[in-house]
Amino acid sequence: MSSTRTTPPSPAGTGRSVRRPGDRVFAGTAKGAGILILVILAGVAAFLVVEAVPALTAPAEDIPGGGGLASYIAPLVFGTLLAAVIALLVATPLAVAISLFIGYYAPRRIAQGLGYLVDLLAAIPSIVYGFWGIFWLAPKLVPFYQWLERDLGFIPLFAGPASTTGRTMLTTGLVLAVMILPIISAISREVFLQVPSLHREAALALGATRWEMIRMAVLPYGRSGVIGGAMLGLGRALGETMAVAIVLSVSGGITFNLISSGNPSTIAANIALEFPESSGIDINTLIASGLALFVITLAVNMLARAIVNRRADFSGAN
Amino acid sequence: MAKRIDVSDLNIYYGNFLAVENVNVSIEPRSITALIGPSGCGKSTFLRSINRMHEVIPGGRVEGKIVMDGQDLYGADVDPVDVRRQIGMVFQRPNPFPTMSIYENVAAGIRLNNKRMRKSDLDDLVERSLRGANLWNEVKDRLNRPGAGLSGGQQQRLCIARAIAVEPDVLLMDEPASALDPISTLAIEDLMADLKERFTIVIVTHNMQQAARVSEQTGFFNLSGVGQPGRLIEFNPTEKIFSNPDQKATEDYISGRFG
Repeated sequence: MSSTRTTPPSPAGTGRSVRRPGDRVFAGTAKGAGILILVILAGVAAFLVVEAVPALTAPAEDIPGGGGLASYIAPLVFGTLLAAVIALLVATPLAVAISLFIGYYAPRRIAQGLGYLVDLLAAIPSIVYGFWGIFWLAPKLVPFYQWLERDLGFIPLFAGPASTTGRTMLTTGLVLAVMILPIISAISREVFLQVPSLHREAALALGATRWEMIRMAVLPYGRSGVIGGAMLGLGRALGETMAVAIVLSVSGGITFNLISSGNPSTIAANIALEFPESSGIDINTLIASGLALFVITLAVNMLARAIVNRRADFSGAN
Repeated sequence: MAKRIDVSDLNIYYGNFLAVENVNVSIEPRSITALIGPSGCGKSTFLRSINRMHEVIPGGRVEGKIVMDGQDLYGADVDPVDVRRQIGMVFQRPNPFPTMSIYENVAAGIRLNNKRMRKSDLDDLVERSLRGANLWNEVKDRLNRPGAGLSGGQQQRLCIARAIAVEPDVLLMDEPASALDPISTLAIEDLMADLKERFTIVIVTHNMQQAARVSEQTGFFNLSGVGQPGRLIEFNPTEKIFSNPDQKATEDYISGRFG
């Protein structure tokens, strides 16, 4: 995606010398797999663009809502980003803490079981998360939201009025956080365990405590892996459909008020909810919103790669 | 500064396996003590037990006494973290922190000691440590570049600079030159000759010429067979070890009859 990736050095002896059939087959398969990814990506992008064109060119009053495509999609984009960012802010520190506990603090037997349990979270279907969110988590959070409104209402995020069902943006973000937790923690755990003992012993021999050793050797080494995991999680949070469609109470436009019942929907949930009722230009509008989601996800991934590459010299990969 | 280390009746275990048996030795301050012996004889294990790095390995434990200037390093109220701050270590493979610059690597130990230091003082200390490790002239223009970008020999001297920046009493070196070319090895050996003015140095080496070149005292470790614990066979002035050792096994080893 970004151009800073270095090309691997060509192995000695290729070029003019004899190429073995095994090498040729393997190189061809690898190249084919690489090209296939590009073809699929291009195919999806082309489909989205072609189907979105009627909505892009339609007069404003034909678009649902009557205010034109931009004003239809804007709240959806906002809702998508808001829910995903909440999820990421909650899940990333938690996932890093879990991985560090599993890797460096827990007794080995407990660590294994705990890691397995966290991975299990990823196996739960998103519709189950949706039900869990609406029937269990949301009602439990209602008193908390009332407290937030009463005591912290001066912060615009908690202005209220507090939802009586608990089906708020914050609840949605928390459900998404639980859903992306296993993704981020699985990847963080792997990179933390891969920190060479050489580096860990270097810190310990300098007189580092366990936490200082983690801060000096483990976290910096695992940083790009954690960012990568967080971006994978963000990708899932951005595109999550079912759980959001069930949990989030949608009515209203752009607002930073996290605890009221008037929330913008997210792109994916909106498509799922509206699609069965749509025809003609309405479908094109939904696909155009899907194109927006595609672009957002792509941008997020490129941003993540840029962050990881910015300090590539210091990554420890050499 | 440089302190004396007295080891008495030291047994070192990996879980239930006795790896090194009954070591009794006195290590003099302001001198270089070399430990030689065949692979697996426990000399590195012994070295790591001096700064309590042995117990970092799961199951690693020690019985017996190591006393540094009257302080029992394995006393009940002694924090291994404090021991390691007084006894620096250089490893077999250079291990600068890959995510830190050259400057940050040298300053890492100071930052750990939670000393709030003025930037100019820290700059001075980093320069002094890098000069002490004979590295300053080679890196002074790229202090903010990653330490991992240096050559192997430079990285090892960077690790030495990092170890001496915290002004330890003792410096342990675990085959510090075994991954380096002869020129870099020479640079490290010259450096050790300078450093022994200020530190007590203990070096493990596979290179007997190196032991003969740099050290005042030499200890020879050996083990009687696979699965048997390693022992300190002989500990004597280096000159005596290499000319007229007390033990037949030592003579066999240094004259190349085995090992």
